[in-house]
Amino acid sequence: MSWVLDHIGEILSLAGQHAYLAGVPLLVGLLLALPLGWLARRYPRLYPPLIVGTGLLYTIPSLALFILLPLVIGTRVLDPTNVLVAMTIYTVALLVRTVADGLGSVPEVVNQAATAMGYRRVARFFTVELPLAVPVIAAGLRVAAVSNVSIVSVASLVGVSQLGYFLTDGYQRGFATELVVGIVSCVVLALVFDGLIVLAGRVMTPWQRVGR
Amino acid sequence: MIDNILGWLTDPVQWSGPDGIPARVTQHLGYSVVTLLVAAVIAIPLGLLVGHTGRGRFLVSMANSLRAVPSLGLLFAISLWVGPKIHGSLAFVIPSIIVLVLLAIPPILSGTYAGIEGVDPAARDAAKGMGMRGSEVLRVVELPCALPLLMSGLRSAALQVIATATIASSVSLGGLGRYLIDGVASNQYEVMAGGAMLVAGLALLVDLLMAGLQRAVVSPGLTGKFRHSGAVASDIASQPSTSS
Repeated sequence: MSWVLDHIGEILSLAGQHAYLAGVPLLVGLLLALPLGWLARRYPRLYPPLIVGTGLLYTIPSLALFILLPLVIGTRVLDPTNVLVAMTIYTVALLVRTVADGLGSVPEVVNQAATAMGYRRVARFFTVELPLAVPVIAAGLRVAAVSNVSIVSVASLVGVSQLGYFLTDGYQRGFATELVVGIVSCVVLALVFDGLIVLAGRVMTPWQRVGR
Repeated sequence: MIDNILGWLTDPVQWSGPDGIPARVTQHLGYSVVTLLVAAVIAIPLGLLVGHTGRGRFLVSMANSLRAVPSLGLLFAISLWVGPKIHGSLAFVIPSIIVLVLLAIPPILSGTYAGIEGVDPAARDAAKGMGMRGSEVLRVVELPCALPLLMSGLRSAALQVIATATIASSVSLGGLGRYLIDGVASNQYEVMAGGAMLVAGLALLVDLLMAGLQRAVVSPGLTGKFRHSGAVASDIASQPSTSS
């Protein structure tokens, strides 16, 4: 416990770095997945290639992706940008399907009713379809958030510092306290992300609480 | 840079001996197959049982919450804890295998459980009405209907295992991860990138094979391939379940 108190500054700064490396890709990935998921939904012919394509990206193991990205985007091996891009790729891969299925979960009668009320396609998407798809998209986002937090810690093997540093350093020094602190901080961060997404999902779907 | 990597990948030296690419691929696949088998033997019966009886759902949520634990942390913690208790050359292998099994269980367990849980209650009732006993319903109706989700669970477990086995080279496990970890340690980009390409290729190949297997074992009545001759079975399967 005294080790934790002595290192509280370091723990918080690495946790901040970890939250940045896992969180920014989550937002960017969601922004990219929305149009892709919409495309997959709007044009059923695009659904299989988009889902299979993003699924294949997801199969690439994280450590391999961190190392191979410099070849594609021209960064240095130890550059944190590699981690940001890799996590964005994983997030998009997880969310395209979720967004497409979420939009698909909106009942057809609702869309027809909105059209009958005079909604044009764009307005209908943003004010009817997307809000109704929020519960499904939020569920997918929760999975992506937890998996991002776990995967980011692997980046300490390629020298990008975040909470994973406590894991590698604790292991190399045979120092269990540091290792446990690293694991617990990661789990806490994952729970914080999870809680924030659940909260945001609730705020965006007030009708789900009416009449219960 | 690409030339260096291709040069490394095509160098005959890399293709023979105990440190050669074929030996590393075999090792990597070996760990993965053993792990998946052990995890499947534990998780599939458990998932079937929980799904069929509806009891012990906490096991599934417990296994799922394990996913929030970073795999790298789990790997280091178990190596530090279990490693010293085992002597000889297995000291490096056993802890890694334990971690890989632990990570493979949640996707298989929740896939199997969700598959059974999602079986149309009408199909289950029909089977009971035809006089099937509980175990027969499970074997003849629920298990085949659950196969798509069960197989998806196995697929994501396989990917998880291949990826984590790569990371496990940092606790001295063999396999393709050696190239990545040793390449980073000696700052040789062609070694780590060549190894990374091999790992990515292996993961893609295994995923495609598992996808093929999934297609082969799932009943055509569930996949809609019978649509032209009568859409009854697939329509039943694709209807949203009303249970629970």
